[in-house]
Amino acid sequence: MAIVDTRDEPAGASAGAGTRARRPHRTGRAPSEPRPYVGWLFVAPNLLGVLAFTFIPLISVVLLSFTQWNLVSGFAGIEFVALDNFLAVFQDPTFWRSLVITIVYAGVAVPLTLVVGLALALALNRDIPARGLLRAAFFVPYIVNIVAIGMTWQMLLDPEAGLVNQALGAFGAEDLPQWFASSNWALPALILVTIWSQAGYANLIYLSALQDAPTQLYEAARIDGAGRWASFRAITWPSLLPTTVFLLVTLFVGISQTFGMIALITNGGPGDSTTTLSFYMYQTSFQFYRFGYASAVGLVTFIGIFVIMLLMWRAQRGRALHD
Amino acid sequence: MTDTTTADPGGQAARGGAHPGTRAGAQAGAGPGPGTGMAARQALRRRRDRVRRWSWGIPMWLLALLFLLPFAWMISTSLKPDVEAFRIPMQWIPDEPRWENYTEVLFGESSILIPFGSSVFVATLRVLGELTTATLAGYAFAKLRFPGRGKVFIAYLATSLIPAQLLLVPRFVYFEKLSLYDTLWALILPGMFTVLGTFLMRQYFVSQPDEFAEAARLDGANELQIFFRIYLPNALSMISALAILTFVWSWNDYETPLVFLSTPENYTLPMGLTSFTDENGAMAAGLSMAASVISIVPILLVFLIFQRRFVRAMTESALK
Repeated sequence: MAIVDTRDEPAGASAGAGTRARRPHRTGRAPSEPRPYVGWLFVAPNLLGVLAFTFIPLISVVLLSFTQWNLVSGFAGIEFVALDNFLAVFQDPTFWRSLVITIVYAGVAVPLTLVVGLALALALNRDIPARGLLRAAFFVPYIVNIVAIGMTWQMLLDPEAGLVNQALGAFGAEDLPQWFASSNWALPALILVTIWSQAGYANLIYLSALQDAPTQLYEAARIDGAGRWASFRAITWPSLLPTTVFLLVTLFVGISQTFGMIALITNGGPGDSTTTLSFYMYQTSFQFYRFGYASAVGLVTFIGIFVIMLLMWRAQRGRALHD
Repeated sequence: MTDTTTADPGGQAARGGAHPGTRAGAQAGAGPGPGTGMAARQALRRRRDRVRRWSWGIPMWLLALLFLLPFAWMISTSLKPDVEAFRIPMQWIPDEPRWENYTEVLFGESSILIPFGSSVFVATLRVLGELTTATLAGYAFAKLRFPGRGKVFIAYLATSLIPAQLLLVPRFVYFEKLSLYDTLWALILPGMFTVLGTFLMRQYFVSQPDEFAEAARLDGANELQIFFRIYLPNALSMISALAILTFVWSWNDYETPLVFLSTPENYTLPMGLTSFTDENGAMAAGLSMAASVISIVPILLVFLIFQRRFVRAMTESALK
């Protein structure tokens, strides 16, 4: 029912704001102050939608996490189990294993994406023929849908016929990696594709940060006889630090939620070698339909990610104060 | 491998930074360069810069081509029959390009025209809804005082970090109960009212001066007039940035339709791409790639046409 309300609301709300605000009035209020309800009318369309599709689902997820429920049993089948789900989460070997996989995945993919993005940004922040087009080229993988990317890489990384292994073979490599077909190589393959698709984003953000680099300092550093590496470390890197932390946080949040590629290519496997937390959450919800348990897994995961994010911001603030 | 590739450009760029001449050239488009030095030295430097431009530019272009190689493979494969897709050695330009892959994908049995249309429909409504609700709410949070504003805004702040993944289960249950499950509305409705879009718009309006509104109010303008005639026209670049971002998110979304849609007739494009299989149920390479190419074209057009705005949108949402 909430849905119907929100769909009707936007038109009604703005029309109301129009007629009522036009009325001349002004008693006991500064002439430049709008009536208080006007603000509410402006917020209402968005707020009602956010209430229906974000706030209420969020509260529901918290409530569900204390229950045992699958959709089949209907609402009558909801059973309150207190903290059982959370206790079960912490005793669930698959949960711990997917936690480790997520940490390895994000822990490798995020820093490498940062490094590749920064290297590209430094390399592109110079006078190069058709620079704009070149910058666009590196960004393309980021804006292409994950299904097209996933299917392409799945075939490129085919152990026998894939282009990558053919190229490696042509260079004389032996014991070719089995990529998505092997439980040892599936995660590295996932990391590789992730870096390829995300580096353009890091590159773009770094490039815009480099525009603000303190140019006059380079001159001073050169006069002082500082080498390239020294001036990079003394000038460029510190000026990029806030950007780096920002990217670290956003990439971490984004990459730790990677889902499409896993669902599409590996379905969490081979074995459970690419079952990250977000995929495990999906599996428990929509493959096993354990809604209560899935909610608990989701909450624990989200809180974990949130704490890591806070720690990263803290670390950056601490460092900013030192400078 | 990553170490060697990254260490070098880092050093190179730092060298570029150490020479103001190169930097001035590099920034010529963006801002004023130092522009000092005598004519003869300048000529010499110019020639040296030209050499440097190309000696740096060519490797970077080669690297970019390598980066885009998967797309070249995608296009090449989209023009081949399935049996040819994995032929060794790989043939980049097929002898007889198989354009039938495209006609099959577009007009054949599982035509992607319907998913394509669904994606257009979903993206359009999401963009329109998002722009309407986010600009109104963002403006109110930034420029209108009303009781409870702070509290509501804190609630928004708190939820802004919640991943959509966490909300899939309750949304699934609601949509099921409201008969919205397996309809495009399950994708559209949550996308029309977002916390993030409201944030972006609020950040923009906060940066605008209050004086306009105060002056207009003294002149007897009502709040809607102030919003539509004064603040909204100035916000067009930010609004278009939000429109572009919303379109891209919507167009590429795979997780939400995977959970909320079940009948192939309702699929949006990313889901539709997965429906090309051969008689064994394996992915049909040629058709899948042809469909992929078609799915990329709109997003690439948006990106190339609005590149400046797009980049601004990305960086601005980054620095919010």
